[in-house]
Amino acid sequence: MTVSHTSLRSGMGILAEERFDAIVVGAGPAGSAAAYTMATAGLKVALIERGEFPGAKNIFGGVLYRKQLEDLIPEWWKEAPLERAVIEQRMWILGKESAVTFSHRNERYKEPPNAWTGLRVKFDQWLASKAEKAGAVPIYETVVTELIRENGRVVGVRTDRDQGDLYGDLVVLADGVNSLLGKSLGVHKEWAPDEVSLAVKEVIALPKEKLQDRFNLEDNEGCTIEFIGDTFGMAGLGFMYTNQDTISLGVGVMVNDLKKKRIKPYEVLDAVKQHPSIRRMIQGGEVKEYSGHLIPEGGFTSMPPLSGDGWMICGDAAQMVNAVHREGTNLAVASGKMAGETAVLAHQRGDYSIKTLGEYDRNVKESFIHNDLKKYRGIHGLFKEMNSDTLFGNLPQALNDAAYEWLLVDGVFKKEKQKKAIRTLRNAAGGNIDLLRLGIKGWRAING
Amino acid sequence: MSQSIEERLFMIRYKAAEQSHLIIKDQDTCLHCKTKECNFFCPADVYDWHPDEKKTSVAFENCIECGTCRLACPDYNIEWVYPTGGHGITYKLG
Repeated sequence: MTVSHTSLRSGMGILAEERFDAIVVGAGPAGSAAAYTMATAGLKVALIERGEFPGAKNIFGGVLYRKQLEDLIPEWWKEAPLERAVIEQRMWILGKESAVTFSHRNERYKEPPNAWTGLRVKFDQWLASKAEKAGAVPIYETVVTELIRENGRVVGVRTDRDQGDLYGDLVVLADGVNSLLGKSLGVHKEWAPDEVSLAVKEVIALPKEKLQDRFNLEDNEGCTIEFIGDTFGMAGLGFMYTNQDTISLGVGVMVNDLKKKRIKPYEVLDAVKQHPSIRRMIQGGEVKEYSGHLIPEGGFTSMPPLSGDGWMICGDAAQMVNAVHREGTNLAVASGKMAGETAVLAHQRGDYSIKTLGEYDRNVKESFIHNDLKKYRGIHGLFKEMNSDTLFGNLPQALNDAAYEWLLVDGVFKKEKQKKAIRTLRNAAGGNIDLLRLGIKGWRAING
Repeated sequence: MSQSIEERLFMIRYKAAEQSHLIIKDQDTCLHCKTKECNFFCPADVYDWHPDEKKTSVAFENCIECGTCRLACPDYNIEWVYPTGGHGITYKLG
């Protein structure tokens, strides 16, 4: 392909006359993985992105995992822009001015490496550049406004460029959580407010040495901290991840709860920044960037059909996020790769109907994506049934109160202390029966 | 270390399109809306109700394109599309 990026910027007249084997909408991890897979196999691929460049609009927590990208690009971490290799993961259950914490640190996470912290502007550009080098034609600063359909089959895309129609044998939809194209296909309706959370994040700069000391790190080692509680009783999760010389601090809350509470998302972040456990980690730091994004939280039950005549849908656009394990980009990459492989098969067969593209559905079903999301299928229902104030407010606080009492040496008999601790938890759950019911429901929700 | 939303948004590079990509479908619906949730849930304070003018203002040039308003407005009264190609926000870190 000899069409230069500059000529693309000046207009798509040249391209519009061309036909592509495949058109990918969205140059995030899912789209770039699909484009890379198809271009490597020799398909003529258009990679469309609405931002100035891939990654321009994208944020995540964020952690990048080795495995799924390694299946695509062996030893990718040796060339990709990454922050720190995660060797320690902590979980904090926050009370008002306290925390109960769990963590796991292990040198074995170094070899082979398991995960890294990262920043998406750099990372997404890198992954898209791999697709470009493999031969995918970049068409950036371009919004796909609708899918072109003929006889119920997707045959191309309409863009917001002059003469901006592009035709291809198939279209891979990797247009993210706000997938307007997925909606236009009718494969899913608008997400309900309880199927998405809104995350706001800040990247806070701190001198490297200070950061490493505070988080107990050496060299390139990284640490991730997730926290629950301190979200005004809204279902949500906070995160604090170490980058090279910045900290990614954010908090995501379910949109249905956010609607009810009438609290501004950045005020939740402000409150979290005042928590004694967090304030000390970030103090003296300088905020470099504020950002926000929706996260798909519906999981298994919200996943739409993944293919049809002339199209496949990947990543966030298909609700592929494992919220319990904060995995998302790896599901995106894996789904993009599988869609790409199915496209190659369709190209060989010359069949772009659901008969062949349905292979993608079947492969996802056999993969960790389907299986892991299925395991946690009950979480959505659990949140729906349970009061968020109980799960994300009263219970974390009660656990902290119980821990406080348990460790406080004040002459009260230990037997009494134990009774009091149990009573505190039971009351927070709403009584004995409710605590038991919550335990059973909780167990079922994570073992579906 | 907490900053105002204006200071926060100032850190993001914007290339504002000429036309808003966010449109209130019907101001009358806003007038009758009891909760005016958009005044709270938006992470960029795009929406503001003006009682004297009986109107929700839309500071679309502040929008960080998260999509919350599209699905969280109780009356689905906000028409939401992406800003035209290359416009809107550009993060420098992400």
